[in-house]
Amino acid sequence: MFEGGDSTFKKLNTINRRMFIISAAKAVVFTGIVARLFSLQINENKKYLTLSDKNRLREWRLPPVRGQFFDYFGNVIAGNLKVYQLHVVPEQVENFKYLMLRLKDILELNDKQFSKIIKKKNSQKPWETLIISENLNWDQFSKINFYLHELVGAKPVLSVARSYPFKKNFTHVLGYVAQASENDLILNETIKKNHVPGLRVGKIGLEKTFENDLLGTNGIQRYEVNAYGKRINQLDHKEGEKGKNIRLTLDTEVQKLSNELLAEKSGSISVMDIYTGEIIAMHSSPSFDPNLFLYGISTKDWKEIREDPLKPLINKTVSGLYSPGSTIKPLVALSALENDVISPNQKVYCNGKMEMYGHTYHCWKEKGHGTMNLRNAIKQSCDIYFYETARKLGVDRLNLTAFKFGLGNTVLNGILANEKKGLVPSTKWKKENLGVGWVLGETLITGIGQGYIQTTPLQLCLMTAQLANGGFKIYPRITVDKNQESLANIKYKMAQNAYKGKEKKYSSPIRKVEELLNIGNKKYLPLYRNSENVKFVLESMYASTNEVMGTSYGSRIDDPKYRFAGKTGTAQVKKITEKARELDLHISQIPYEERDHALYIAYGPYKNPRYAVSIIVEHGGSGSTTAAPIAKKLFKLIIDRHELREKIQNQDLIKI
Amino acid sequence: MFQQTSYSDQLTFFQKVRSFDYILLICIILIGFISAFSMYSTDGGQLLYHSKSHIIRLIVFFTMMIFLSFLNIRFWHATGYLFYVIVLGLLIWASLYGVTASGSQRWINLYFINLQPSELMKIAIILFYAKFYHRMQANSVNNFSNLLIPFAILVVPILLVASQPDLGTSILIALSGLIVLWLAGLHLRYFVYSLLAFFVSMPFIISFLEPYQKLRVLTFFNPERDPLGAGYQIIQSKIAVGSGGFTGKGFLKGTQSYLEFLPEKHTDFIFTLFSEEHGFTGSVILLLVYAVMVFRIIRIGSIVRSFFAKLFCYSFASAIFIYITVNMSMVLGLLPIVGSPLPIMSYGGSSMLATMIGFSVVMSSKIYHRQVIS
Repeated sequence: MFEGGDSTFKKLNTINRRMFIISAAKAVVFTGIVARLFSLQINENKKYLTLSDKNRLREWRLPPVRGQFFDYFGNVIAGNLKVYQLHVVPEQVENFKYLMLRLKDILELNDKQFSKIIKKKNSQKPWETLIISENLNWDQFSKINFYLHELVGAKPVLSVARSYPFKKNFTHVLGYVAQASENDLILNETIKKNHVPGLRVGKIGLEKTFENDLLGTNGIQRYEVNAYGKRINQLDHKEGEKGKNIRLTLDTEVQKLSNELLAEKSGSISVMDIYTGEIIAMHSSPSFDPNLFLYGISTKDWKEIREDPLKPLINKTVSGLYSPGSTIKPLVALSALENDVISPNQKVYCNGKMEMYGHTYHCWKEKGHGTMNLRNAIKQSCDIYFYETARKLGVDRLNLTAFKFGLGNTVLNGILANEKKGLVPSTKWKKENLGVGWVLGETLITGIGQGYIQTTPLQLCLMTAQLANGGFKIYPRITVDKNQESLANIKYKMAQNAYKGKEKKYSSPIRKVEELLNIGNKKYLPLYRNSENVKFVLESMYASTNEVMGTSYGSRIDDPKYRFAGKTGTAQVKKITEKARELDLHISQIPYEERDHALYIAYGPYKNPRYAVSIIVEHGGSGSTTAAPIAKKLFKLIIDRHELREKIQNQDLIKI
Repeated sequence: MFQQTSYSDQLTFFQKVRSFDYILLICIILIGFISAFSMYSTDGGQLLYHSKSHIIRLIVFFTMMIFLSFLNIRFWHATGYLFYVIVLGLLIWASLYGVTASGSQRWINLYFINLQPSELMKIAIILFYAKFYHRMQANSVNNFSNLLIPFAILVVPILLVASQPDLGTSILIALSGLIVLWLAGLHLRYFVYSLLAFFVSMPFIISFLEPYQKLRVLTFFNPERDPLGAGYQIIQSKIAVGSGGFTGKGFLKGTQSYLEFLPEKHTDFIFTLFSEEHGFTGSVILLLVYAVMVFRIIRIGSIVRSFFAKLFCYSFASAIFIYITVNMSMVLGLLPIVGSPLPIMSYGGSSMLATMIGFSVVMSSKIYHRQVIS
């Protein structure tokens, strides 16, 4: 070949040598790439597989379905209502602005609501559901459906929302739900775990107490999404667990009557089963409609509730503190008898007032009751007699009895958040808390339920119940317990405990062993020393209602089926001045805030008592004119409902 | 010489067909099939725009390649300079009147195809150099005067392409040009000098980089710096490849690409999609086919008689190799993201056209391997 020679040879030599070097390098680089593939696909496969799944799978959590509240008879008192909502997922909307303007027009939103929605939209992720309206009325719903073809991206949705069918009847017991706040999420892990935008949680009352049971768990929809978060297809749908249903011991009928009886008044009514401790009714007046809070209460409504002078926001049954007034007298009498300070035959002469320690103490009856024994003193609520009794008894012994019977402590063990303990004073308490020694005069007024002593209406109800059942400890409750002991069982235990108490006097070694073996049976213990004393007090209360001259004689029911026994109380709100005492104004002439609280405690039916009642009407005047007549109406219904309740209890008919 | 020339001319059609390089042909067809299926997958398992036009191009350009293969290697030698001049002209035309897309002016609208001259330049530069060094004496290769022309030939298109701006392609042109120069026998010291010069001028070059290019370099060094921004492509690509595992997720089942987590899955990231769906096994097989292809071209280069064909084959094999490795390293997170297609696999007419032209030159070298060029 003619292009031979040195040059060509040299050129070929170079190119082949260099090509060899490059080829070797190529082999190395290819190996490097294989190694890289190996490290990514084999070594770190798990890691990237996880990342890939994280990429493509997205979970949508659906709001949990809240458990319902039932009354004793199985009526829904806090239920779930089907509501029509309007949802928009912003990323699925082509022209968000246009859609919003159309919706504004159709739903007739005002500017404020509109800007609120826009604000909400900006605060959440574009693939998160934006709730335009949580509760469309039928009109809006049908209008939306009519225009739906123009509203691409808007979804009318059937959802569930809380509803309280009995409106204001159960407000203070149930409380209400509202949108979960930051604070709710911080304080409650369960809420945090199940939170979705728009979730309603209990804010107060049993709705809050049983939040963790009621809430339920999220339903989960798992979608495959693309890089823009758009749902491609649904892979999985897991139904959430519905929250637990809770059955209460309350009777809607009695509760409703309580509402009616206290309408326009400020006060409280409690009704309790004296054996099982079940609360039949518990009402604080005035109340308000909890449905208002579901979708955010309007400023106007909120202002109205907040500024109402009768304070509807306070659950007076457990948070209201009142001087018990004369309703404490049965307990003072019992304490005195138990401590052998007086005998039932003890006589005291009442001439309307008494001088002691340099003060004058008045009886409510200016002219005086004349000579009184204990029974008459309770019946006619003679203050002078009880000043004398209290003086002999002393505040510390009274304090012990009061504690035993349920005063000075919470009744429901914190089931309702702001339940108050009240106050039963003692010399020690005063020294420790006020730093001043006890003054004997204070013992006297404590004996008629004034002064430091403060009780909640529910405590008075419990006290009455524990007297009425013969003086045994009971365990108040508002939720139905499946393991609730039967009435017969409770009565048997009480009788057994009472018998053992008697036997103690003649205690033998065998008896002691038996007692030790019976350690578990500590429930329903007697609170008295001598059951005759309890019987005496109960009988005196009967006299107070059912005998002429009794303070609540005017409110008695003669029919033995409904006959009840009670004790009135009139608690002074303000110390009565000598001048006012002379004037002896009629109630209508006294300003509202200075009028006495009217109280009444009662149990019934008189033979075989079953229910205890306590009534307080704030600034209602005297117990006999205002509170006792309420009890009369109440007992009629309670006793009428008794049979039905008993039937359900025995046959366990209600399944929720 | 006369004898030998006539020998080649006397080759019958069947002789030509018989001396086709079938190993190379099979590699090309294999990759062609793989790319068609991958493209079908990027369209979500449907014959849509991308897969359709890719398959049409494959068929058209493959046929064209076969026809061009029958041209005598002398034809390529003869048109080497002309080819370069035409492509350079197109490049200038593109810079002046080209179609702008995604912020870069690099296409010429030819109605049936949007031609990207910079892709053709990858081949043109090799052809030019092959012809340039074909006749040159070994001693004069390193003469200073003989360095100026190759330098200008290389720098002008690089600057043109870089100003489009298209950093990726300009780097690839530069790399393929340098490979030819190295194979042609240029002294090692020139490469060392220019490398030094490059590093010295680095800060100066960086100041000329577009912000998005700077970002890409930064992102390469730390992709997690901005996972949803510039690092997104690398991270998602690594996730796709890594989640493929040993056998892959299965054809049409690559969730990363199917759910649009993969950017540019038809073009630069086609290997990611393939690797996600067919796993380590599939990727290694594809890589092997490419390797066979590259080394087969080198083998052809080693048997051809003319220096022109030899230099072209060696250089083209190296260029193809560089495109493959740069693309793969990029999607595997070994190199920064620069736009560089995977030969044949990636969607893009110009790239495929250039590659196919390269193959036909190689084929023609094989058929006329005894051909001597005066």
